[in-house]
Amino acid sequence: MEWETVIGLEIHAQLSTKSKLFSGSSTEYGQEPNTQANIVDLAMPGVLPVLNTEVVRMAAMFGLAIDAPIGKANVFARKNYFYPDLPQGYQISQFDKPIVELGHMDITLENGKTKRVGITRAHLEQDAGKSLHEDFAGMTGIDLNRSGTPLLEIVSEPDMSSAKEAVAYMKKIHELVQYLGINDGNLAEGSFRCDANVSVRPKGQKELGTRAELKNINSFKFVERAINIEIERQIDIIEDGGAVVQETRLYDPDKNETRSMRSKEEANDYRYFPCPDLLPIEITDEFLAAVKATLPELPTAKFERFMSEYDLSDYDAGVLTSTRATADYFETVAKACGEPKLTANWVTGELSSHLNNDALEITESPVNAEMLTGLIKRIADKTISGKIAKEVFQALWAGEGSNDESAADKVIESKGLKQITDTGAIEAMIDEIIANNAGQVEQYRSGKEKVFGFFVGQVMKASQGKANPAQVNEMLKKKLNS
Amino acid sequence: MSLSPEEVKQIAFLARLSIQEQNIEQYSQDLSSIFGLVEQMNAQDVENIEPMAHPQDAMQRLRDDVVTETNQREKLMSNAPLTEAGLFLVPKVLD
Repeated sequence: MEWETVIGLEIHAQLSTKSKLFSGSSTEYGQEPNTQANIVDLAMPGVLPVLNTEVVRMAAMFGLAIDAPIGKANVFARKNYFYPDLPQGYQISQFDKPIVELGHMDITLENGKTKRVGITRAHLEQDAGKSLHEDFAGMTGIDLNRSGTPLLEIVSEPDMSSAKEAVAYMKKIHELVQYLGINDGNLAEGSFRCDANVSVRPKGQKELGTRAELKNINSFKFVERAINIEIERQIDIIEDGGAVVQETRLYDPDKNETRSMRSKEEANDYRYFPCPDLLPIEITDEFLAAVKATLPELPTAKFERFMSEYDLSDYDAGVLTSTRATADYFETVAKACGEPKLTANWVTGELSSHLNNDALEITESPVNAEMLTGLIKRIADKTISGKIAKEVFQALWAGEGSNDESAADKVIESKGLKQITDTGAIEAMIDEIIANNAGQVEQYRSGKEKVFGFFVGQVMKASQGKANPAQVNEMLKKKLNS
Repeated sequence: MSLSPEEVKQIAFLARLSIQEQNIEQYSQDLSSIFGLVEQMNAQDVENIEPMAHPQDAMQRLRDDVVTETNQREKLMSNAPLTEAGLFLVPKVLD
C-alpha cells in the first residue's frame, strides 16, 4: 500500500527580550541556577503579572511578516499544568484569542516549486524552568531561571507531507525570526525548539490518521530523522494490523528511535480559562503602523531583489540571504566595489570556506566588508589575478595589512604581488621559453594544440603567477603562430 | 444538575486535591449549587452582547522591557524544604 504523511509543526521561539514576559527578571542564558527567578517567577502568594511591552511588539512584527491579522484585543488564558518547573500550577498562555491569527509561509521544495504552508496561529506564553534528574539522591533539582521567559509558539497547519518539507519550513521560520531580530536562533541553547505532529494515511484517504506528537527536537538534522523514523514506525504498526495511539513521543538521537513518554492520565485536560490577573491586550492601529514602519526587508523579498538587482543565480541569492548578516555583508561590499558578481563569488566561495574552517560567524570574520572591498577592487582593475587574490585573502585572514579598504593594497605592495602587465617584460619571458623548448614548439606547430597549456604554465611560473593570464594567452598565440 | 461521586473525584484529581471519601457527598451538593447559579446565568438572553474576557472593561497596562530584579536566591530559598547547589529539590519527577 502507498502511504501519505501529514505533518504539522509547533515551533517555540524565545523572544529576545531583556526581561521576562511578566516580571523584571533577566532572561540571560547560562547563569547560576535560580539567580534570575524573582517572587513573580516563583509564584509567591499575592504577586501579579505585568506584561512586557517588547513582547507585544515582537509578536506583532512576526504577525505582519507572515501576512496575518493581529488580534486587536487578544487575551491571556491559564492552562492548567502541574509541574514543579512552573510553580504557578498553570502556564499563562493564549487560547481562543491569540495575538497572531492565520498567516502563511512559502517554502521551496526540492523540485524547485513553491508550496504555501498555513500558519494557524502564533501566541504568547511562558516558558518553564529546567528539571535536573541526576545526582540528587532520588530527587529532582529545579532551576527556575528560564521560568517565565517569553515564548512565541508558532503553530502550522498540517500542510507538510515529508520530513524534508518540515525542515524547509522550520528553516524559513528560523531565518525569519532572526531577520526580524525577535529570536537569537540558537537551537543548542533551546531558544528555538520544535514539536512535530506526525500521522500517516493510505494515499488518497481524506480523513487524517491518528497522530503522535514528537517533543523537543533541537536540531534540523534531528527533525528530519525523528519524523522519518516515526513515519516508518507508524506504517509498520498499521501494516501489522495494529493501530497508532495518540500520544507524546520523545526522539532519542543516540538510538535513532522515538519512544512513548509515560502517558499521564488525562494529561490533555488543560481546562483553559481567561486569566483573571490580566486584562485583554489592546493593539491600536497607531501601534501597528509604528511596528510596520520598523519591519526590515524580509528574506523572500531580499532574495528576489538580489537576483534582479545584482543579476545573481538563485543559488547565490539563496546563500547570500540565508542570514541578515551575510546579506548585509555582501551588499556593503557589492555597493562599495561595484562588482556584485565577483563579490558573490568571493563571499560564497573563499570567505564562506574560511569561516567554515574556523567555525566563525560572518560577523566575526577577520576579513571585514571593507577589506574585501579593497581586494575585489584590485581584481577588477587587474592589479592582481584571481589566483594571487587568494594569496592576498589568506594574508588578510591571518591579520596582515590593516582593518580597512587599504589592507589589500598593503599586502600586494609588501609581498610584491602586483600583476605584470608590461608587454615588454612578458614578451621577454615568452621569447626565452620558446627558445628553450624547441621540441614543444615543433609539436604545437605540427597541430598538437594541447601543448599550448604547457607554454602558459611556463610563463606563469616564470612570472611567479604575476603575469596577466589573458595577456599571456594572447601574446603566446601570436608568437607561436608567427 | 447534580454531580456523581465519580465526577467529584475527577474534578479533585484534575485540581490535584486530595479529598476524603466521607466528604464527597457534601462536595457534590456544594458544586451542584454552583452549577445552579451557572444555569441561572445561562438562562439570560445575551444575544448581540460581545462576551468580555475580564469583568473590568479596561485594557492591559504594559511595562518597559527593563531588568529590575537582582539575585535574591538566598532569601527566596530560605523557606524551601530542601535545596542543593542552588536548586530547589522536589520529589522525583518522571517524564
